[in-house]
Amino acid sequence: MSLKIRRNIPLIDQHDKNFMYGGKFGGNFIPETLKKPLDDLTKLFAKLRKDKKFLKERDLYFKDYVGSPTPFIKLENLTDYLGGAQVYAKVVSEANGGAHKIYGATVHCLIAKKAGKKYIIGDTGAGYAGKMLSMAAKKFGLKCKIFMGAKDIKRQRPNVEAIKKNGAEIVPVTTGSQTLVDAVSECMRYWVSNCDTTHMCVGSTVGPNIFIKICAWSTAQISRELIVQVKEEFGKIPNKLKLINCVGGGSSAAGFWNEFINTSAEFIGVEAGGPKNSKLHAAPLTFGSKIGILHGAAQYVIQDKEGQIGSTESISAGLDYPGISPLHCFLKDSKRASYTSASDEEALEAYKLVSRLENISPSLEPSHAFAEAIKLAPKLKPFEVIIVNSCGDSLKDKDIIKQKLGSYVR
Amino acid sequence: MNSNISLAFQACRREKRPALITYTVAGDNTKNNSLKILNKISKYADILELGFPHNTPIADGGQIQGSSHRALKKGIKLKDVFQIVKKFKKKNPAKPLILMGYYNVIYQSGENNFLKDCSLSGVDGLIIVDLPYPENHEFAKKCKKKSINFIQLLSPTTSKERMKKIIRDSHDMIYYISMLSTTGGKLKISPKEILKNYNKIKRINPKKNLVIGFGITDKTISALKSANGLVVGSLLCKTIANSLKMGQNPVTKLDKVVYNLKKKIL
Repeated sequence: MSLKIRRNIPLIDQHDKNFMYGGKFGGNFIPETLKKPLDDLTKLFAKLRKDKKFLKERDLYFKDYVGSPTPFIKLENLTDYLGGAQVYAKVVSEANGGAHKIYGATVHCLIAKKAGKKYIIGDTGAGYAGKMLSMAAKKFGLKCKIFMGAKDIKRQRPNVEAIKKNGAEIVPVTTGSQTLVDAVSECMRYWVSNCDTTHMCVGSTVGPNIFIKICAWSTAQISRELIVQVKEEFGKIPNKLKLINCVGGGSSAAGFWNEFINTSAEFIGVEAGGPKNSKLHAAPLTFGSKIGILHGAAQYVIQDKEGQIGSTESISAGLDYPGISPLHCFLKDSKRASYTSASDEEALEAYKLVSRLENISPSLEPSHAFAEAIKLAPKLKPFEVIIVNSCGDSLKDKDIIKQKLGSYVR
Repeated sequence: MNSNISLAFQACRREKRPALITYTVAGDNTKNNSLKILNKISKYADILELGFPHNTPIADGGQIQGSSHRALKKGIKLKDVFQIVKKFKKKNPAKPLILMGYYNVIYQSGENNFLKDCSLSGVDGLIIVDLPYPENHEFAKKCKKKSINFIQLLSPTTSKERMKKIIRDSHDMIYYISMLSTTGGKLKISPKEILKNYNKIKRINPKKNLVIGFGITDKTISALKSANGLVVGSLLCKTIANSLKMGQNPVTKLDKVVYNLKKKIL
């Protein structure tokens, strides 16, 4: 049975009284100790999002600090090269810090200040969430700790250096696969022990319900800008419009699509398919993973029959996560969005092609989305429009790209 | 009819001492050894908690993570956990055994299926770390129907209003988390402070068996002995880790450690 999205209710508020989307995704599967801090945060956020003064403050920071709006550009050369649909990019990587993670980081710091917390902690995979949180924490005068898998610390050096420069402490996580999934676990454990003094920021639309909400509410800025830019460019929302976004946890996609929910725009999420010849991947929606509980929420998650969370593999640290936001599980089962995957190799090829033809150079995460655009565009008519969310810049991936392709060109 | 768990508390009360509750992980460091450990330490422990391991535990500190990791690496499966319980209960039918773990393992097995296996193997109670009240309401009811104790948790962050509701919904044992911490953390507050909080909760319903866990070691256990029960877990997991490192037999080591713990609360 397919689930229904109710009209006129924001996507993040489509849950029931148990905080479940479509009755089966999300919820709060958390230790008792976190019940109260989560309740407090839920109440505070409910108040703040209705508070005109707070919204004004947010908008001011988005404008002056994050840099709004980020550019919306036609990729003329790529469009000509592919010979089909018109291909556009929303260049979110132009936001301060170089990725969409700045939205959530800024909002979380604002909330932490309102809650009177002096410390803020966060997880990171690609290092962007960590970099932005450390940046925003510095701006707002909060002490910051970033939890990052030891494997990711090695492969995302530029962002690691940025985090340190911002004065945040990096806590290397050496348990499990030493990637994002372990970083999120360790960050939550730290919060269990320090929730009285510390605010936690979850880097994506995952975790207990309130973190999904705050994150998607923050990244929604992307589509608030985009819908205006699209109407300016085309005079209206094109009838045949595809919005393509990579999904790991799903924060940028949720924000990229939010304002278009009640339009005819088609949503395509692209997961990390992993290396072509590997059985491992980070694409629970594409490969039909079962529903399970991860980091406090029910979602489709890569796991074995016994409920042990499975290993993942992806060239992109930001997508290398066994679960996926309950919001995306809901969008998938309600058939509002469709999901596919791109392999490591396809993402690399896409990075190469876009960087060569255009003035933008997407990081390996949005390169997954570009890979899908490159596959689709030639099959479509010239009046059809594809917009890709270019939500990160390749600079952070230069080590990996050099290693894989021999050289790095931006 | 009284459950094994409440009988155990009654017996301790008669002896004017707290119940000693141990926590070890099924399959740490092997299936056989974890069964042997249960058999040995049940001479001193009044209630045994047995962890069914999960690889993404969000509330456990390093020691219990380590235990779970060792067990999973050896390939422990849920059916092995129930086998261990079954074998243990065959020998020690009256000794209460509580399974403890994370909800996803139950969810994948299916709640009804899991509870059936609990009944068949003789599990007396369940502690599910990430299934808090009121989300656990339905599951707790199912447990009760099967005569399995669902053990509710309380923490220093739990409000008084919430405590009242949780206690009303509780079965024969309630678990109070001593401090804001994952398992195995160093005690951040004094035993006196913990007991002060403990006594406040006790007053809500003095008849309920309320035990304290998290951060309890051989150093702190005697200072807390006025409680109805005390849980020691990470210390035991650490003992296993250390004895493996030193090439010693974890079973005999654990036997000694638990014996010493018991001595401290008599």
